[in-house]
Amino acid sequence: MQLSVWTYEGPPHVGAMRVATAMEGVHYLLHSPQGDTYADLLFTMIERKAKRPPVTYTTFQARDLGKDTSQLFQTAALDIVGRFKPDAMIVGASCTAELIQDDPAGLIENMGLPIPVIPLELPSYQRKEHWGAAETFYQIVRHLADKDRRPSDKATRRPLVNLLGPTALGFRHRDDIAEITGLLGNLSIDVNVTAPLGAAVADIAKLGEADFNIVLYPETGDLAADYLKRTFGQPAVRTVPIGVGATQDFIREVAELAGVDSEPMLREGLSRMSWWSRSIDSNYLTGKRVFIFGDATHAVAAARIASEELGFKVVGLGCYNREYARDIRAAAKLYGVEPLITDDHLAVEQAIQDAQPELVLGTQMERHIAKRFAIPCTVISSPVHVQDFPARFSPQMGFEGANVIFDSWVHPLVMGLEEHLLTMFRDDFEFHDAAGASHLGHQILPDTGRGTSVTAGGVPSASSNAGVTTLVPLHHPADGSPPRAGEELWSPEAEAELKKIPFFVRGKARKNTELFAAERGVATIELATLYEAKAHYAR
Amino acid sequence: MNAPAPLALAQAEDCAPVLKERGQREVFCGLTGIIWLHRKMQDAFFLVVGSRTCAHLLQSAAGVMIFAEPRFATAIMEERDLAGLADANEELDRIVDQLLARRPEIKTLFLVGSCPSEVTKLERAKAATRLGAKHAPQVRILNYSGSGIETTFTEGEDACLASLVPVMPTLAGDAPKNLIIVGSLPDIVEDQFRRLFAELGIANVASLPERAVADLPGIGSNSSFLLAQPFLGDTAQALEERGARRLEALFPFGVEGTTSWLYAAAQEFEVDERHFDDVVRPYRERATTALAHHRERLQGRSIFFMPDSQLEVPLARFLANELGMTLTEVGTPYLHRTHMVQELAALPAGVMLSEGQDVDRQLDRVRATKPDLTVCGLGLANPLEAEGRSTKWAIELVFSPIHGFDQAGDLAELFARPLRRRDVLRV
Repeated sequence: MQLSVWTYEGPPHVGAMRVATAMEGVHYLLHSPQGDTYADLLFTMIERKAKRPPVTYTTFQARDLGKDTSQLFQTAALDIVGRFKPDAMIVGASCTAELIQDDPAGLIENMGLPIPVIPLELPSYQRKEHWGAAETFYQIVRHLADKDRRPSDKATRRPLVNLLGPTALGFRHRDDIAEITGLLGNLSIDVNVTAPLGAAVADIAKLGEADFNIVLYPETGDLAADYLKRTFGQPAVRTVPIGVGATQDFIREVAELAGVDSEPMLREGLSRMSWWSRSIDSNYLTGKRVFIFGDATHAVAAARIASEELGFKVVGLGCYNREYARDIRAAAKLYGVEPLITDDHLAVEQAIQDAQPELVLGTQMERHIAKRFAIPCTVISSPVHVQDFPARFSPQMGFEGANVIFDSWVHPLVMGLEEHLLTMFRDDFEFHDAAGASHLGHQILPDTGRGTSVTAGGVPSASSNAGVTTLVPLHHPADGSPPRAGEELWSPEAEAELKKIPFFVRGKARKNTELFAAERGVATIELATLYEAKAHYAR
Repeated sequence: MNAPAPLALAQAEDCAPVLKERGQREVFCGLTGIIWLHRKMQDAFFLVVGSRTCAHLLQSAAGVMIFAEPRFATAIMEERDLAGLADANEELDRIVDQLLARRPEIKTLFLVGSCPSEVTKLERAKAATRLGAKHAPQVRILNYSGSGIETTFTEGEDACLASLVPVMPTLAGDAPKNLIIVGSLPDIVEDQFRRLFAELGIANVASLPERAVADLPGIGSNSSFLLAQPFLGDTAQALEERGARRLEALFPFGVEGTTSWLYAAAQEFEVDERHFDDVVRPYRERATTALAHHRERLQGRSIFFMPDSQLEVPLARFLANELGMTLTEVGTPYLHRTHMVQELAALPAGVMLSEGQDVDRQLDRVRATKPDLTVCGLGLANPLEAEGRSTKWAIELVFSPIHGFDQAGDLAELFARPLRRRDVLRV
């Protein structure tokens, strides 16, 4: 058993729902008890879908167990065919139905339904949402892709590709697809099929007609791409075009496979981000400490952008999907940080506390953590929230995606000259660090100085309505102040001086100074110790 | 005013035809109640023994809106627990130890059963006894099931409160009469009711649940109780088994319902009729004023209730009788006829009631009857809006203060707002 408060991924059948809901004409028969229908609201509320997800839940109850649950399943299958007239059906079990072992695959096989039926085996107690989506998409492709379709004569047409991996409830998938389709068009490359998002059963059938595949979301598209490679010999582009550099790499790789010239597009320099980042006002971004956590694909891409394109320092990098841990490990090595592979948000919280970043790039989970610690944060990955489905065009991929990323990562930070002013003048009654960045309004941040409004030795409670939450201290309080035993470590003068350091680096300064003192066996941190440590850690 | 008119209880039994349906249900399971129960009982923690789906449900229903560490969690069962590679009981003990070490302020821990834990026959009650012995006296361990195979949405609260009844302190046979308000109410509403009872001269009033589980009310043969919520069948039965008497009344929604509810208590505690009228009159008058604002918008408009919380019948009664709305279909997941006797009698004649659900067929009826407003769950609201139908999220009725005189206007506003919005928008 695993103790879990919040989870990064739902069960694998939710992944299957993300595929079914993304597609046209596919219905999902889910053997499940009452209550599993909660998953509908992910789509109708978070993503604001105008249609119900195409899912029928058999809704068995305790009194049905051991009697007619399989009958319920078969009746539901017939109802689906009659009412929704889908072009194909996927069938499977949720976690409870898996335990009662009704064998949906066997039950459905004997019914002789007039449409293709694809049984899914999604082990709920082993796997999670992303894997469920990948496996479902793979099974759909395996069953429905027409093995006889092949690319037509290249001389008579433009190069043709498939875009694989986008699903319902994905982080900016809708806009990424539009951006990349446009980019490919500018390279004179046509899209044969985008799948699962927006694909009909007939589209899946013609996957084999493309020259090659582009896997935009490896977490959900990899299994299908591997199958297509084996079956149709289609190569796959696996460079994910998030960030200026990655988009350029992507363009080169795609152009080479398609046999088109990428140079004109690369020369044009279509991203404003490159200039925005080189612009003199962005100097203050240099060396900003950034902590990155999300799905592996978005986290790895974010680390490259942070490091190469914004001049940040990556101080933490991790992902929650173990299946892609290898990518995170390789990237972490590149940036000299310990990879964090976990789906325990409390471990992530601890890592953020330890790293003392100035910016957190994460999921909705990290957004909450960062909010509590009063650290600026931008969401870069699922799991998502209704806010992550903006009305405006807001891709992450391609050149426009890079522009969006520049804006959304830089906006939460205290800006250039303001940062200096905060450092120079400490006591202005309106313009002080506890008031936060002036362009973000006057929210009052929890005091990041020592021991004033922090709840008894634990995490400061930023929740207005949560009542009193007393947590056992993890290690250090959020502001990096020492545990209670170390109260007398700082001399009053050094303590006062520390408070003159801006809040967004104060925690780091405190930690560094204490480390410096400990390494040298200094019992009391004096003013001089603080400045010696500053000189020692100067970057 | 006069005492509420006596209702024709004799005919109430089968006052309305009921369509019983079975099929796909678009409702939450009983685990969902944890979202409000953990906020109500501030010294309690809810540990669901379940699957990743259960954890995902709780966080989706809560909308990841609680950014303090919530007082609930899930012990997610894994392959090794099911394959017998790990002793599920040992695993559970380990998780509970871990949790209690992290949250030392927990005084009551509810072990909450789920579909997978019930199907695998994990012995929840035995585990609670074992863990209770281990962690006594600091922590009391209780248990109930919120599984979808046994409970629908608000029935989770029923199961939770029923699990509290056996540990309520016993009052002596000669103890003074006391009144228990049963059902978790928003704090503001609970306080209003307490003030009203005090004004009426009923002093000995307690709530189930209290804000701290540690303050559970006493119970004995001189206890009586008022159900504040219509979904508490098992809790009521457990209270009756401990000797308490249920006071029969309408549920306290709107002027009519709240008056009837208070009157039942006034009678039990022998409050003078004139005193009752004097106390209640100003409240009735201002509630009536508040309702008048909304009657104009709601009068004659039709409403369809999809089954959700069992609040449907009392709310339909309120909307029909006090705001002049037309009831097309009133769906409820379960119709507790005994507790609903007065409510059913107070409904307009010939109202179509339905119990249970086959969601696709019910949606067909929504499309056929074209109500002005459809009350439904979160999964159905946007799709119906996209078809041009106005909807009201049923879950808001569970999450908002809607009981009593001073919330009657707010309750009407909840139904008026979607209609007003539709009138206002030019987009």
